[in-house]
Amino acid sequence: MTEQFTPPPSLGCRTSPVLKQRGQREVFCGLTGIIWLHRKIQDAFFLVVGSRTCAHLLQSAAGVMIFAEPRFGTAILEESDLAGLNDAHTELDREVATLLARRPDIRQLFLVGSCPSEVIKLDLSRAAERLTQQFAPKVRVLEYSGSGIETTFTQGEDACLAAMVPVLPASDARELLVVGALPDVVEDQMLSLLDGLGVGPVRVLPARSIDAEMGIGENTVFALTQPFLADTHAALERRGARHLAAPFPFGDEGTTAWLTAIATEFGVSDETFKAVTDAPRRRARAAIAQASAPLQDKSVFFFPDSQLEVPLARFLTRECGMSAIEIGMPYIHDGIHGPDMDLIAEGPQISEGQDVDLQLDRCREARPDLTVCGLGLANPLEAEGLSTKWAIELVFTPVHFYEQAGDLAALFARPLRRKGILNHAGTTAPAGNGIAAE
Amino acid sequence: MKLTVWTYEGPPHVGAMRVATGMKGLHYVLHAPQGDTYADLLFTMIERRDHRPPVTYTTFQARDLGSDTAGLFKRACQDAYDRFQPEAIIVGASCTAELIQDDPAGLAETMGLPIPVIPLELPSYQRKENFGADETFLQIVRHLAKPMPKTERMSCNIIGPTALGFRHRDDVQEITNLLYELGIEVNVTAPMGSTPADIAKMGQAHFNVLLYPETGEQAARHCEKTFGQPYTKVVPIGAGATHDFIAEVRTLSGAAAPIDTDRLRQSWWSRSVDSTYLTGKRVFIFGDGTHVLTAARVARDEMGFEVAGLGCYNREQARPVRALAKEYGLEALITDDYLEVERTIEALQPEMILGTQMERHIGKRLGIPCAVISAPVHVQDFPARYSPQMGFEGANVIFDTWIHPLVMGLEEHLLHMFREDFEFNDAAGPSHHGGHAPSPSAHREPAFADEGLAPQTPQNISGQKENEVSGEVIWLDTAERELKKIPFFVRGKARRNTESYAVEKGLHEISIDTLYEAKAHYAR
Repeated sequence: MTEQFTPPPSLGCRTSPVLKQRGQREVFCGLTGIIWLHRKIQDAFFLVVGSRTCAHLLQSAAGVMIFAEPRFGTAILEESDLAGLNDAHTELDREVATLLARRPDIRQLFLVGSCPSEVIKLDLSRAAERLTQQFAPKVRVLEYSGSGIETTFTQGEDACLAAMVPVLPASDARELLVVGALPDVVEDQMLSLLDGLGVGPVRVLPARSIDAEMGIGENTVFALTQPFLADTHAALERRGARHLAAPFPFGDEGTTAWLTAIATEFGVSDETFKAVTDAPRRRARAAIAQASAPLQDKSVFFFPDSQLEVPLARFLTRECGMSAIEIGMPYIHDGIHGPDMDLIAEGPQISEGQDVDLQLDRCREARPDLTVCGLGLANPLEAEGLSTKWAIELVFTPVHFYEQAGDLAALFARPLRRKGILNHAGTTAPAGNGIAAE
Repeated sequence: MKLTVWTYEGPPHVGAMRVATGMKGLHYVLHAPQGDTYADLLFTMIERRDHRPPVTYTTFQARDLGSDTAGLFKRACQDAYDRFQPEAIIVGASCTAELIQDDPAGLAETMGLPIPVIPLELPSYQRKENFGADETFLQIVRHLAKPMPKTERMSCNIIGPTALGFRHRDDVQEITNLLYELGIEVNVTAPMGSTPADIAKMGQAHFNVLLYPETGEQAARHCEKTFGQPYTKVVPIGAGATHDFIAEVRTLSGAAAPIDTDRLRQSWWSRSVDSTYLTGKRVFIFGDGTHVLTAARVARDEMGFEVAGLGCYNREQARPVRALAKEYGLEALITDDYLEVERTIEALQPEMILGTQMERHIGKRLGIPCAVISAPVHVQDFPARYSPQMGFEGANVIFDTWIHPLVMGLEEHLLHMFREDFEFNDAAGPSHHGGHAPSPSAHREPAFADEGLAPQTPQNISGQKENEVSGEVIWLDTAERELKKIPFFVRGKARRNTESYAVEKGLHEISIDTLYEAKAHYAR
């Protein structure tokens, strides 16, 4: 089914040497995932047990303050909580009781650990057990860590989903489980594709509510839609479920390869596969061709951020005509990222972890046409004349599967198009505004 | 433990970052875990800075905790010195690093760096962002500024502006120009725009102009004590305060040069007949203490509003804000609990809110216009145009900003006259806002039904009760329809007044008569 694609490279970059440097990391911590998870799981409340910094991060991380009805909050540790841990547990119980009394719609409560709660060894698993007993069966209380000392950015979602896996009921049914939080519209598209292929029943983790949760067991096979779910992957395997390894469903090639892995597993015929995918594939190819015009023959440099870097590099190099200079990832997981890395021709520098100053030196030296980086770096690099794409937008925007393939290419093309449109005679950043450093 | 949904202030190390990022030639080495780098985006995104903040984060991880986080700190410190060659370094810990007690100050001291190393003690579990900025600047001044002979010409320092400050960039320019007109030179403006070498020269000035007590008061006091520099107490926001400020500066400096007040348009704009409609508009004021204190005076004395309530989120300013509230016959709301502010506004039903970005969202939800007067900041608070809050131009800017959210004078009358006009009605909102003004009836109820996290104070509970009471009184259809004819910007107040009136009179139903009796009863 993949005969129309560029043939895979004879040597992919799975075995390329990996540059590992240790220094300042310019990444969010795992708490950030709460921003999308609390919208996705509609009967859940996320209670961070942390500091004022955690609360401030949550409100700043999206780049703006989001004032929709929040189903997350921070129990801010105070001086007195640090002195006696038993008191901290009593305080936590009190805050949770108040919260649940005020929010009868909440069916799942996640206690989310943070750097300070980890460092003082506040045992949230004990708290979750205790609170589950107290509030069962109405409310299930789980805990995970979104702390920066253990997780980066999208790993928070991984930790959250991994925490849910052990409490899912057992089941012998042969079912497909699709794992990863997707925007509702994308999730629906995916379900309709799988339905067309005759694959089912299909379950989704995270489910939109606790009532929609699924059983799991040795006959479960699962596919990941996000490349940052390593712990969830491990937790599912511990329950006996089997992973269908595949490239991630970005663009025409990624989506087709992802669906092929499932189709093969479920014995879907070639005719059915073609019948279901031909039309959306044609649309995706046309949309990519149009949107990716400004990207052809341009170079891209990835700072480690969302963990989406490898599949996106696969998409940009193989479907949009770009070349990758460096692909930085917070961490690399061979079982998850391998299939995409096989498809990326060797050449780009693969890096894991970060020393941001050294990486900035490499980036400035290489002067890529497009740099994918976090919000803290984007404007400073733009001011140096480099075009950037903020990585966080890739997490918040519907970009998976066929119908979004053109949008995904357009997200990368927009900064370049914009640069082409603007014509301020020879300026980068304004001088003398009190903002520009010398 | 305290449950928080939204915060008005960040942690104290963000305050320290505001100082460091405002300055040049200073570097901040922050002992902090991965993730704390989020704070960079406050500066690069909200303020659109074109440089990374001069901060090195040690980025320790869980696996480092058992081993050598202290070594990590020293390496980061040395790397930062080698790479950035700053004139001075400030060192400190974020909330997590405070717990592991590595003592960044002591570690940095043993390294023998050839530049001043200034340790910061910012208690993350007690204090907040403004304190962090104030304390950091104090420590920098204490370590770097030395007594010096005064300048020959009359001069002063401008103290308090930081990175990410609400209109600090333009306030500084406005006040610098004003001082120049008075014949006074600005010796050093700090922290924003200064280098450690500039700080060293602060003692040369004859006096200090303290623009932002939140971030500069401790340093101003220190300079008064150490260098004999008196500092200004009037914050020049508003026309009256600007005149007072000029008088204060003249007293401190002996300056006698005349000031051209032609550019102050606000006074005439406010007296001109078009502004009559502003008379007695009930406003609620909330923000940091300094901006609230000054806004209250502008609101009452220069705009002719009625101040219906006021308060601040920073406890450091609680005393003056309480005192001012008392003078206005009010009780100040001193809280950093966003939900409590929302409940207060809901209960007061002001016609306008002068608040922060947080109150702007409350206003959106309640259908009450809001103008922003204070931090916490948002990308909108860094306009491309010159837009100070201080001095005469600041007074002009404030006039424009505050009336912008309102329905203009004649428009307001027309809305009263033709309440059921199918094109020109209140749901369409002020004509100068395009088609996306809130339709308050649609916004209110659902938002409220959902909202409401933990009540933490007795007041909340009483607020809750009031809602229940209003639920017991039934609006007759005719009265409900009549209520809808009242323009949205006063409808909330009318509803509330009528319901209180009905409860007071022991009525269970509200008819058209009840509505108008209540109107007469509450008529001012």
